[in-house]
Amino acid sequence: MFEQLTERFGAVFKKLRSRGKLHPKQVDSALEDIRAALLEADVAVEVADSFLDRVRARSIGEEVMRSVTPGQQVVKIVGEELTETLGGSHKAFVLPTADPAVVMMAGLQGSGKTTACAKLALHLREKGRRPILAAADLQRPAAVQQLMTLGEEIDVPVVSEGRDAVKVAKAALKRASKEGRDVLIVDTAGRLHVDPEMMREAGRVRAAIKPHHVLMAVDATVGQDAVRQARAFMDEVDLTGFVITKLDGDARGGAALSVTEVTGRPVYFAGVGERPADLEPFHPDRMASRILGMGDVLTLVEKAEKTMDEEKAREAAEKMAKDRFTLEDFLAQLREVKKLGPLQDLLGMLPGGAQLAGNVQVDERQVGRAEAIISSMTLEERRNPAIISGSRRARIAGGSGTSVSDVNALLKQFDEARKMMKRLTGGRLPKLPGMPRIPGT
Amino acid sequence: MPSGVGLELILVFALLALLVIAVVIGRRIREKPLPPEPRRRREGFAERVRKLAGKGRLTEEDWRSLQEGLVRVDAGAKAAGEVVTRARERYEPGQDPRVLLAEEVAGIFEGDPGFSLPEGLGIVLIVGVNGTGKTTTIGKLAHRLAGQGRSVAVANSDTFRAAAGEQVAEWARRAGADLVAQERGADPGAVAFDAVEAARARGRDVLIVDTAGRLHSKQPLMDELAKVKRVVEKAAGGPPDEVLLVVDATTGQNGLAQARAFAEAVGVTGVVLTKMDGTARGGIVLSVREDLGLPVKFVATGEKLEDLRPFDPRSFADALVRG
Repeated sequence: MFEQLTERFGAVFKKLRSRGKLHPKQVDSALEDIRAALLEADVAVEVADSFLDRVRARSIGEEVMRSVTPGQQVVKIVGEELTETLGGSHKAFVLPTADPAVVMMAGLQGSGKTTACAKLALHLREKGRRPILAAADLQRPAAVQQLMTLGEEIDVPVVSEGRDAVKVAKAALKRASKEGRDVLIVDTAGRLHVDPEMMREAGRVRAAIKPHHVLMAVDATVGQDAVRQARAFMDEVDLTGFVITKLDGDARGGAALSVTEVTGRPVYFAGVGERPADLEPFHPDRMASRILGMGDVLTLVEKAEKTMDEEKAREAAEKMAKDRFTLEDFLAQLREVKKLGPLQDLLGMLPGGAQLAGNVQVDERQVGRAEAIISSMTLEERRNPAIISGSRRARIAGGSGTSVSDVNALLKQFDEARKMMKRLTGGRLPKLPGMPRIPGT
Repeated sequence: MPSGVGLELILVFALLALLVIAVVIGRRIREKPLPPEPRRRREGFAERVRKLAGKGRLTEEDWRSLQEGLVRVDAGAKAAGEVVTRARERYEPGQDPRVLLAEEVAGIFEGDPGFSLPEGLGIVLIVGVNGTGKTTTIGKLAHRLAGQGRSVAVANSDTFRAAAGEQVAEWARRAGADLVAQERGADPGAVAFDAVEAARARGRDVLIVDTAGRLHSKQPLMDELAKVKRVVEKAAGGPPDEVLLVVDATTGQNGLAQARAFAEAVGVTGVVLTKMDGTARGGIVLSVREDLGLPVKFVATGEKLEDLRPFDPRSFADALVRG
């Protein structure tokens, strides 16, 4: 386990000096691996190819950064291009102050449209808008009831009068104006992009309500079919953007790249759960990480940057590198890290951490126990564990409510961990290679 | 877990190290304008593959194209590679390679058991991730079984989703099946238990139990599902006769992870491949069959009661290979 860890994290930090410019052969070799990763992540074959053509053109002749391998440099470029394609620096979803502003939700059956409509309504209401929902899915049994139930939950009115989708949409428009609602969100029936009648109906609904946004809900688990779906919807209803749903799962979500690449429209939102509150603005950089299989390191880093003190962090990093990291330092940093949230979740955000988190249960009580043990040590003992004799161990155990074997185990583990940290940091502070850019810094 | 401070500490250290370093070395965004990019379409691909049928000898490139063809229908690189390798071994110049591929694909499912229920009360559990078409499938299955002369009861154990009960009720009505429903918010296990008792009391000989869609990566939800199955098992005096995993044909490689998790949690007996009336071909079931041994029992092709038929390996394979 210990070996696995060092291997995994070590790969991330491995540095090979490489000077000069990227050679086509180096680029091609790296791109082969990346292509495989993209396909594994369910990016459509044609999208992967056209995307990588772009990366290749950009990569050849690029300077290789110091302390990074050519392969890692290419990955970095891939990350940046991916982020750009997925929507660039996070594109905000803008609704004009029309009367009402209209959003139409479309997509295939089961993609999560109805839930997304409710989520969007809640989101907009929390931003001070006055939304109203239209239940224009007259196809699926109980779809109208579903939206009505959700509407009640989030305290947003739902219009369902009308014998067909167009009539419902129009009725909703009228009621929106009448009741001073400034946003109308229209749920529509799930439809196959190859069903001409249903696609025509979608076009008619669109024409009737003249939406400011037409969003397509796309399931994060969709594979190669994403391109065909997106193209067809783009052609028939002229999408303005996407909502990628079910991102709380472990699908890599390559469909997000497929749909944005072929339509040129951004992803605005991410659905991350089944409750109305589970909607997040879409973060292209995090999605890029996820598609490449690099975990959600960026969320982690962002959180860390917000809550941790940079100066203290720098000092800690220096100490780790020089093998001068003490139990006292560990205690201080542990307290900082705990501010970021449950350790189990943090673990899941590391590259490959999702599987790790699945197999390992972080017992927060154990961590608490470690904290107690260290807290029971004197400053001297924390800085220089070598002096911790048998009698001291007994005292520490007594003071922390643990056993001497617990204290022994902690000291042994810390010793091993120090060695690992030194290896990871390679004796000096590395650049973080192969990572897409970090936002807001 | 022993009472020692254990593994978690190492992980915490690793996490710390990573975080500390990350905080220290955050970088600035480098703004770069997107190069102008033509909208490329690979229309050439389908054409190229079609031409291979008449070709005398196939090159390495040709075989790679055939493999890519399978990847394009979600077979995944590994399964695609295996199928192509096997087809290649049997290939003789002049043959249509796609015929060989289709034979290999069909061969994967050869001899697989179909859907079957015993005499007496047969119990079917329907499971899967969100949005795959479980409830619609239940309507179709109930309709099919009723058409075979069986007396069908349907139960909804999805006590979470808004209007799930109403949705199942409508499908039961359409299929002419008896419905056992419960209040939203009740315990799924309790509902399932009552359903078995009710089906028996009402003299039904099939009970189909709908469950809430759930992401397989959410352990508490998978545990809940395992519990529902155990409850059904207890009430029925034996495991469900069929546990059908409903898989959306558009699903990519995540489908394998789905199948694995559900199989582990409740012991899946077969797959229902839905939404096959679209452009997706359901290639993911290749890996599901090869890696997990799960057969496909039904294919669904639409939103009407009749749109369900038993899985036919030959026609599936042909459609898959043609793309």
